[in-house]
Amino acid sequence: MPFLDAIRLALAQIRVQKLKSFFTLLGVTIGVMFLIAVVSIVEGMSSYMEHDFVGKLVGVNTVSLRHIPEIGGDVSEAEWREMIRRPRILITDVQPVVEALPPGTLWSAEGYDNVSLSSQWAKPTMLQASAVEGDYFKIREMKIELGRVITPQEMAMGTPVVVIGQEIANRFFPNLDPLNRQLKVAGLPYTVVGVAESQGSIFGISLDRFVIAPYRSPLRHVVNRPLVIDALKIKASGDADMTELQETIRQVMRGRHKLRPSQPDNFAIETSESALSFWTNIKSKLVIAGVVLPAIGLIVGAIVIMNIMLVAVAERTREIGIRKALGARRRDIMSQFLVEAATLSTVGAAIGIVTGILLSQFIAAVSPLPATVAPWSIVTGVIVGAGVGIISGIYPASRASRLDPILALRSE
Amino acid sequence: MPTTEETPVSITAERQIVTLQAGQAPDKDWVIVTRGIKREYDMGGEIVRALRGVDVAIRRNEYVAIMGPSGSGKSTLMNLIGCLDTPDAGEYWLSGDLVSSMADDELARVRNREIGFVFQTFNLLPRATALHNVELPLVYAGVPADERRKRAKAALDRVQLGDRMSHRPNELSGGQRQRVAIARALVNNPAILLADEPTGNLDSTTSEEIMRVFESLAASGQTVIMVTHEPDIAAHARRVIVLRDGMIESDDRRERFARKDGERGALFDSPVADHAIP
Repeated sequence: MPFLDAIRLALAQIRVQKLKSFFTLLGVTIGVMFLIAVVSIVEGMSSYMEHDFVGKLVGVNTVSLRHIPEIGGDVSEAEWREMIRRPRILITDVQPVVEALPPGTLWSAEGYDNVSLSSQWAKPTMLQASAVEGDYFKIREMKIELGRVITPQEMAMGTPVVVIGQEIANRFFPNLDPLNRQLKVAGLPYTVVGVAESQGSIFGISLDRFVIAPYRSPLRHVVNRPLVIDALKIKASGDADMTELQETIRQVMRGRHKLRPSQPDNFAIETSESALSFWTNIKSKLVIAGVVLPAIGLIVGAIVIMNIMLVAVAERTREIGIRKALGARRRDIMSQFLVEAATLSTVGAAIGIVTGILLSQFIAAVSPLPATVAPWSIVTGVIVGAGVGIISGIYPASRASRLDPILALRSE
Repeated sequence: MPTTEETPVSITAERQIVTLQAGQAPDKDWVIVTRGIKREYDMGGEIVRALRGVDVAIRRNEYVAIMGPSGSGKSTLMNLIGCLDTPDAGEYWLSGDLVSSMADDELARVRNREIGFVFQTFNLLPRATALHNVELPLVYAGVPADERRKRAKAALDRVQLGDRMSHRPNELSGGQRQRVAIARALVNNPAILLADEPTGNLDSTTSEEIMRVFESLAASGQTVIMVTHEPDIAAHARRVIVLRDGMIESDDRRERFARKDGERGALFDSPVADHAIP
């Protein structure tokens, strides 16, 4: 029997028994729905991590030197104790490192801490403020919405000026032009010279909650002990070899920390890849959950479909007898029931895809989790749907195809 | 029996000749030839010998009724002739093909191309329209959709149901349902029309109507084989085979049968003229 006729027949069969078909489809629908939803959320988080999160926090082509990694994976108690005993990175380390790197390499030294911020218009609040030196704004590729960035002269002079994020501007200067107004950072008077463009949020945490001041301004005494910096960020120019760059930094720092060849590094050099590795770790676990949960639904769905198809074969024994008498071969009957099972579960999968997309959009809307519907998950959903139908249809279909036409015609 | 060139050979003698040539394909004018077919069933340890060696030879264009009391083996014979079953022993030639040694799928193909079934209970697909029901054998024959439609319409026109094509079986009367079944049986131009108690579920008026359809099909050259236990239905056929206990009890022109039944009319002509070879 031609394939299209078989599908039409199967759809007619579904239409005749709407309620029964609906319950039959439920397992597959739920399975595929969870598959789509979980994969969408994992994918959403993934693309977020890879493009926004790491891009915004670490930056492309950027390595950062810290005494302990900023984004750590699982760290044991012993490792943690070793880490907190490490020497800090100092502002005096910056020059030797930068000098060892090829010309054109951008760098920025940063020290930051949560400090009390206040203005005439808002109560003091503890928020993060950074004291930066070098090419900070270039490395972060920060776009300014109002005003300007901190000039090299201000950097060199340690002028008490700040560039602030959108949220800081809104909170401390409600409905006001923040430019040239005073923001007290840890009690120190700073003048706002620029407001950065909004950068959005990661998992519900705003990225617009920052205050940037020159390192040489008084803030540095508040955020860290003398000479200590939290990070030295290096951005390679163009297509420089990142591995080589990291190796150079490592050698300079090992020299400065006077490490013997047998001793491990007592500092961390982070790249966007190393920052991502912890995410990859989580992702693989999420993907397993994203496969196991739908799989349970699909197994249940397969059992239900097999059951329903067995009932259908029993109910339609006479029809099978008629078809055989009129010249249907075994494979015609077999394919009729296989197509029917596959159509049934593909319809279930299609409903699951739609509800899965809606579910993931809903989750994205009500929670900080981002969601991106992965095209491959839709394709997988359809294939899985048809596959479940075919697999669970094989046994009932082969039973149908083996029926004796004489007995089948006699059945009621 | 006279066997000279001038004198025609009688049908009985010819039948004997054709059924005795074991292993040889019969002349293609013989649409059905069975040679000593046997069929046994195992009914829970007890062997039921439904057919114990039946020789039947039916020529193209014959109109034959198969009769017999229940348990005589007529259903078994019908299933074998209809290629729904294969004999345990013996040969069955249908349109020159040895059907008795065929596998399942080949039998399905033969049923599709060579046999048109008409059942007592109509056996239409309840949820399909009349047109779709008639199309069904063509679907399995692999005929393209538009030609299928055309041929199914023509077949429905032939049984005067051209205006009921989109009706489902439950929207049709018993007689109309049986006519849809006849259209379905004819749509593949089968070698034989095989009817199993075709009027068993119909009242006498409708039965007459259906018998007229068979009559006109037989008159137009269609080979018709009808299994029935009703003598007045069998009386429409021109030849009656009576089975008893798995054997042929008699194989006669309807004249003798009709006489037995007490009916005699102008319809009954000489026994030999119809079937003799000129």
